[in-house]
Amino acid sequence: MTTAHATVTQHVKVKRATKSSWAGLGIAIPVLLVLAAAPYLVERGTQQQLVTLFSLIVLATMWNLLAGYGGMVSVGQQAYVGIGAYGLVYLADTIGLDPFVAVPLAVVIAGLLSIPISFLAFRLVGGYFAIGTWVIAEVVKQITMQIDALGAGSGLSLTSLTELSPGRRIAYVYWLSLIAVVLAVGVTYFVMRSRLGLGFTAIRDDSVAASSLGVRVTRSKRFVFVISAMGCALAGGMIAANTLRITPESIYSVNLSAFMIFMVVIGGLGSIEGPIVGAIVFFGLQQWLSDLGTWYLVIIGVLAIVITLFLPRGIWGLISGNGRIRLFPVGYRLVSPLERFALHPPSPDHADGEPDPKEPT
Amino acid sequence: MQWLNAVIQGVLLGGLYALLAAGLSLMFGVMRIVNLAHGVLAVLAAYLGYVMVDSFDVPWFLAVLIVVPVMALIGYVLQWGLFNRALSKGGLAPLLVAFGLAVVLTQLLQEFFTADTRSIQIGSLGTNSIQISEDIYIGVFPIVTFVVGVLVIAGVQIFLNTAPLGRAMRAASDDPDTVKLMGIDNRQVYALSTALALATVGLAGMFIGMKTQFSPTYGDLVLIFAFEAVIIGGLGSLWGTLVGGIVLGVAQAVGNQINPAYGLLIGNLVFLAILAFRPQGLLPKAVTT
Repeated sequence: MTTAHATVTQHVKVKRATKSSWAGLGIAIPVLLVLAAAPYLVERGTQQQLVTLFSLIVLATMWNLLAGYGGMVSVGQQAYVGIGAYGLVYLADTIGLDPFVAVPLAVVIAGLLSIPISFLAFRLVGGYFAIGTWVIAEVVKQITMQIDALGAGSGLSLTSLTELSPGRRIAYVYWLSLIAVVLAVGVTYFVMRSRLGLGFTAIRDDSVAASSLGVRVTRSKRFVFVISAMGCALAGGMIAANTLRITPESIYSVNLSAFMIFMVVIGGLGSIEGPIVGAIVFFGLQQWLSDLGTWYLVIIGVLAIVITLFLPRGIWGLISGNGRIRLFPVGYRLVSPLERFALHPPSPDHADGEPDPKEPT
Repeated sequence: MQWLNAVIQGVLLGGLYALLAAGLSLMFGVMRIVNLAHGVLAVLAAYLGYVMVDSFDVPWFLAVLIVVPVMALIGYVLQWGLFNRALSKGGLAPLLVAFGLAVVLTQLLQEFFTADTRSIQIGSLGTNSIQISEDIYIGVFPIVTFVVGVLVIAGVQIFLNTAPLGRAMRAASDDPDTVKLMGIDNRQVYALSTALALATVGLAGMFIGMKTQFSPTYGDLVLIFAFEAVIIGGLGSLWGTLVGGIVLGVAQAVGNQINPAYGLLIGNLVFLAILAFRPQGLLPKAVTT
């Protein structure tokens, strides 16, 4: 046994990075540097639009973490968007905290609230889980509307940020949002690379088998549910800081869930790159079709249905050749020393975060 | 007396919720599809009825007789065109397609009918009431709604238990592969199930249109009420759904009596309490999957 083990380890290495992931890193760093310099380069209006895009990327990434990896389709993440937004405004304006302290605190509050909520929501599975989360979001909205300190039905304006000059305020919010995107994508990446992520892939493919191998299914799901709630609250804080005005009808709108679902489905469910691509495409379509009024959501909805039926791995699946290109490798690949002599590059194995393209998951 | 009145109104409202929930329950029972477009389809039926009654002066009962088969046809087409394809993709596809459909239909209704509220005029039926005691009046229309709701639940249950097609639906639910071996096309059974489900949705939608002011986004509430009735009652039991509808209706009516702003909230809280303390529902079927 010892010799066999030694032989195997001599000839086979486990690698995680790929050529495309090094290339991805090579592209990501300059892009981030340029984005970080944006307040010196572009107008305030453009910065505000970029903040909107960043909040969409965070929302899509968080929804994908739930559905694409955890198999939990939530239609109620707007609950946490609202908690994050209201948390920021209340803590900053009424309690008097620094807005840049209020955001992380609101995120923590949303995470804490999501723990008891998860015990309720996890009693339901599949489609009923989806509607259950929606009901919970409605309850959070209805309770918010009963609290006078939160502006009841009419909402709140964020005033403490307006002490700053508009140029500074917009630049600060922009940088905070850029950090938020990096954080959301980074946390997702490291969670999925960890032991927990491996367990998650197993749960998604077969939760009973995963459970028999010692994966703590419910605990892992709850962990991701809480992370996703915190991410959505962060996006809520970004939206509130960007628009300076929140109303219960808009910040708790089920349309936010529609946006999240469409972005992830269009970009590609179950990969880290997919939601980012989806958010950019969604944002672009939103701008491009803005003259059409409500028709834009009809067009995007039809697109999402068509992609679900005919292109289940979304636009990113198409670009990456069903997972051959990885910017964020979360899996493990076995590399034989003979690989360099192989005529064909080895196809990616499936012990990773990507579902087998041939198998419906 | 006010409270007794609220309870009676709530019970009658429960009949409407059970009627709303029947289609959701049926589609889940046969195909394991949770049709997130359920609510907006009911509102679509209400708009169809509204156009007939308002623009073409069709009597409301004739409009009901037209809308129900039209909705059944829409269900049949939707199943072949969308849901059967989505089911063959497996995984999250049916749920995502249903959600996409819900958003698209809501936006289309918004585009054609604007966000203004409408209602279907039914003349004196809407205002007539029966005096029970000195200060309790019961509207004739809520009684009609309740009776129709109970009849539809009973009818669907008897159909599933006794009719050959009902048997095929239960068989397709239990084991679609074996059903195919018996020479039954399970996709056709699914299409007929959705047609039946949407016929009940059409009826429910017409009653909503006649009872209340509706707008394109009213479908959200319809879906939530139907879902709550199903879960409160217990999955897989249509009579349980009736009980669930009544519990929800009473909770909302009593909540409204306390404060008009609390009706929906208290209904939702009762649902969450059931979910927390009796997740199998009030009248669960012996075996639920």
